Amino acid sequence: MALTLEEVDHIAALARLELSADEKEHYRLQLSAILDYIRKLQELDTRGIPPTASGLISATRLREDEPRPGLKRDHLLANAPEKEEGQFKVPPVFDLDGGR
Amino acid sequence: MEFEPVIGLEVHAELQTESKMFCACPVVDSTQAAPNTTVCPVCAGMPGALPVLNQKAVAYGLRVALALECEVNRISIFARKNYFYPDLPKGYQISQYELPLAEHGHLLIQTSEGEERIRIRRVHLEEDTGKLTHVEGGSLLDLNRAGVPLLEIVSEPDLRSVEAARAYGEALRAILRYLEVNSGDMEKGVIRFEANVSVRPKGSRELGTRVEIKNLNSFRALERAVSFEIERQSRILAAGGVIEQETLGWDEARQATYSQRSKEDAHDYRYFPEPDLPPLVIADEWVEQVRAALPELPRQKSSRFMQQYGLSAYDAALLTAEKEVALYFEAAVQALPASVSPKMLVNWLTGDMFALLNQSGGLSGLGRIPPANLAGLVKLVAEDEINAATGKEVLAEMFAGGQSAEEIVQRRGLRQVSDSALIAALVRQVLEECPAEVAAYRSGKETVMNWLFGQVMRRAAGKANPQVVRRELERQLKV
Repeated sequence: MALTLEEVDHIAALARLELSADEKEHYRLQLSAILDYIRKLQELDTRGIPPTASGLISATRLREDEPRPGLKRDHLLANAPEKEEGQFKVPPVFDLDGGR
Repeated sequence: MEFEPVIGLEVHAELQTESKMFCACPVVDSTQAAPNTTVCPVCAGMPGALPVLNQKAVAYGLRVALALECEVNRISIFARKNYFYPDLPKGYQISQYELPLAEHGHLLIQTSEGEERIRIRRVHLEEDTGKLTHVEGGSLLDLNRAGVPLLEIVSEPDLRSVEAARAYGEALRAILRYLEVNSGDMEKGVIRFEANVSVRPKGSRELGTRVEIKNLNSFRALERAVSFEIERQSRILAAGGVIEQETLGWDEARQATYSQRSKEDAHDYRYFPEPDLPPLVIADEWVEQVRAALPELPRQKSSRFMQQYGLSAYDAALLTAEKEVALYFEAAVQALPASVSPKMLVNWLTGDMFALLNQSGGLSGLGRIPPANLAGLVKLVAEDEINAATGKEVLAEMFAGGQSAEEIVQRRGLRQVSDSALIAALVRQVLEECPAEVAAYRSGKETVMNWLFGQVMRRAAGKANPQVVRRELERQLKV
């Protein structure tokens, strides 16, 4: 199933990626091949088999609610390109909204 | 044409555990703590860090799910909700999507239309985001709140008025506080609302196009934003226009909704099962254990108060809206003699006492008058030891100084004078000194009576029994 260039543009925008025309075509073919592979899997008859959401067999482990200190702030911020008042400084986000 | 709103609410409530949802970082008051002091590689989204689920957060979620009479899914799945925003360090939020913690519950609310049953679609666990503060040239990011356990409670679109939306929000907040999973401090952002709003011609069964209003952080914002949308959409439809499906924000300063993002990237979260967390499996015994430990909830308490103390539905709802008030009332009513009606205690508590609390910054002031002392005051009034006006004065002094009503009445000599001979003498004196007013009264100006009453009370330093004074005034003026 071939993806359109518009679909590639949309996916790139969601991932905040800027792609050249060559790259777009390159990824269009790669992503199309992945979808073809998934379509192949869909040919399998899975009636009577419950949907699987995880390859892990066991149930998740639970942790006691006991707080422990995290990182020292200097360490946390050590790799931040910009910082101010003990916080990460990021480009203005007034107009952005990714929703929640 | 008349339009009817159709409203559904998503409520995000922080679960106030000791540690975060997927790591051991302490949960702190993010409006107070120094920024970025409770952050570790997991909640900072460092590569390779793995989440481990907090048992208490699940237990708190179960409490709420069961209080809302949901069916708990014995297996639920965590999912990644992918989007880019600087307050989300991993680039995805761990949430639940296809198999949430619990589903199909309901909540009963009280509105002017009577009792309404609002269905709960789902209750699921997720993590909170960090906090951005906008500054010159950029935004500052504090990750203390990132990874704090959140419970999302989603209603069906069963709310039909702004009043119902508010009542639902308040009822839910009360339940969260009764269950001791959330402080209910709206101004600290521990409960946030999102509203889905559409309108349709009244009587129609079809749903109109809905909009989603995000980030409503107070009951007032909820009410105003929903009202604004109902009006805006009704106006558009009445003029033959169409509603666009979109996500809106609420501008508090302009008191208006505004479009938050373009349609093209709306709701493209590319959810998929979280590969770092195996399914959450909840044993029947755990569910039953949580169910057995549920406390008495606001509505149950309310009906018990009506039965046990003969209170009206209105009073019972007023008393049980806040857990502290309900506990206070019950402690006070225990100290009240059987001869005094609990209704009288309710009036003092929800009238004058609430007024004092409102002036002094809220419910934390309840402790300034021990419940037994309020009962003591009500007893003095009920037994005509002091009149109501003196009672108000004594209450204010109790609130300020912590003494009991009995002590204040003793010390200041406020005990009411019911001695009819003494009151008769005072009345006679006033009538003699005010012949002009007496004449005015006798010529038909009946309102002068109140003025004369005031004069007698003043002479009695407010301590005279008002009923006796009124009776005596009427008797002497008739002569």
